[in-house]
Amino acid sequence: MSKKEKILFRAAIAFALMFAVTPAVNAMHIMEGYLPVKYCIAWGAICVPFLVAGVISLKKRVAENRKAITLIAMSGAFIFVLSSLKIPSVTGSCSHMTGTGLGAILFGPAAVSILGIIVLLFQAVLLAHGGLTTLGANTFSMAIAGPLLSFGIYMLCKKLKANRKVSVFLAAFLGDLFTYCVTSIQLALAYPSEAGGVAASAVKFLGVFAPTQLPLAVIEGILTVIIVMAMESYAKPELKAIGFLKEAR
Amino acid sequence: MSKNKKTAAVLLILVVLIAVIPLFALKGAEFGGSDDAGSVMIEKIQGEYTPWFTPVLETALDGELPGEVESLIFCVQTGIGVGIIAFIMGRFVERKKWQNMEE
Repeated sequence: MSKKEKILFRAAIAFALMFAVTPAVNAMHIMEGYLPVKYCIAWGAICVPFLVAGVISLKKRVAENRKAITLIAMSGAFIFVLSSLKIPSVTGSCSHMTGTGLGAILFGPAAVSILGIIVLLFQAVLLAHGGLTTLGANTFSMAIAGPLLSFGIYMLCKKLKANRKVSVFLAAFLGDLFTYCVTSIQLALAYPSEAGGVAASAVKFLGVFAPTQLPLAVIEGILTVIIVMAMESYAKPELKAIGFLKEAR
Repeated sequence: MSKNKKTAAVLLILVVLIAVIPLFALKGAEFGGSDDAGSVMIEKIQGEYTPWFTPVLETALDGELPGEVESLIFCVQTGIGVGIIAFIMGRFVERKKWQNMEE
């Protein structure tokens, strides 16, 4: 490692630690034991096909091109970092980002489901954050639904020939927000209001999550743009290998 | 400085501002997790609610994870992520430098 890199590395860690020590217990994800059993099982079952598709897609990627591994590792690490940073928001409470947008844009939503569940397991087991019983529901919202939307938005922008930075931002931003919309709906399905049923309940949960998440989704969008910019300037061969950049120079 | 670097710098500053401003704008706010707000909402809708399953770790510890230790584990999580990203990015940056020198 060069001296410059060492300094950069230390600065990066210091930067990360600065955010990580924000002393907030619990943010996002549905908490352990807060979802009735049948919902836990149902969401878990829904996730299974996506996870299987994820394993297949990751295996195929790596078989196609060994170079993909580095970018897969980076996407996974990106989720690790972003979902550990709890950031204060305008509503006076803290929440954290998902970080799944990057992987979704690079490798498609199926691959991200695997990367996402690793992070969710880590947090559920070691941090009592999220939970093992709610793992299915949380995986669905954070590692499947959000990335699916990110991927869709990115593809749409690509079709419309939008600026790449703008597309990346929109994909990550909306994917993050959508994750929490899905969380709200999941909670609402399990806890419908007496008056108004599921819809009224969903609005109530959204009212809790959405305002907090909005600025964080903006941050997530920006950070994803920055890392994509860095990859574009330093990891061109890899990006070409996975088909993110076109082969022709 | 190249245009890309400038954009990145501006964006990073923006990120820090978005993250820090609420802290100063809302002095004295609690900044608890919005999960807690979620469970409060569940109680509002459902009445009293007792979670039917406690986290494995809390069962093993007979109580909640101490806040300091929790922040430690969060740091470990961040550290793992940042470590991987910095390592790979570092290699990429070096590689580009060598490639430029050969050309």
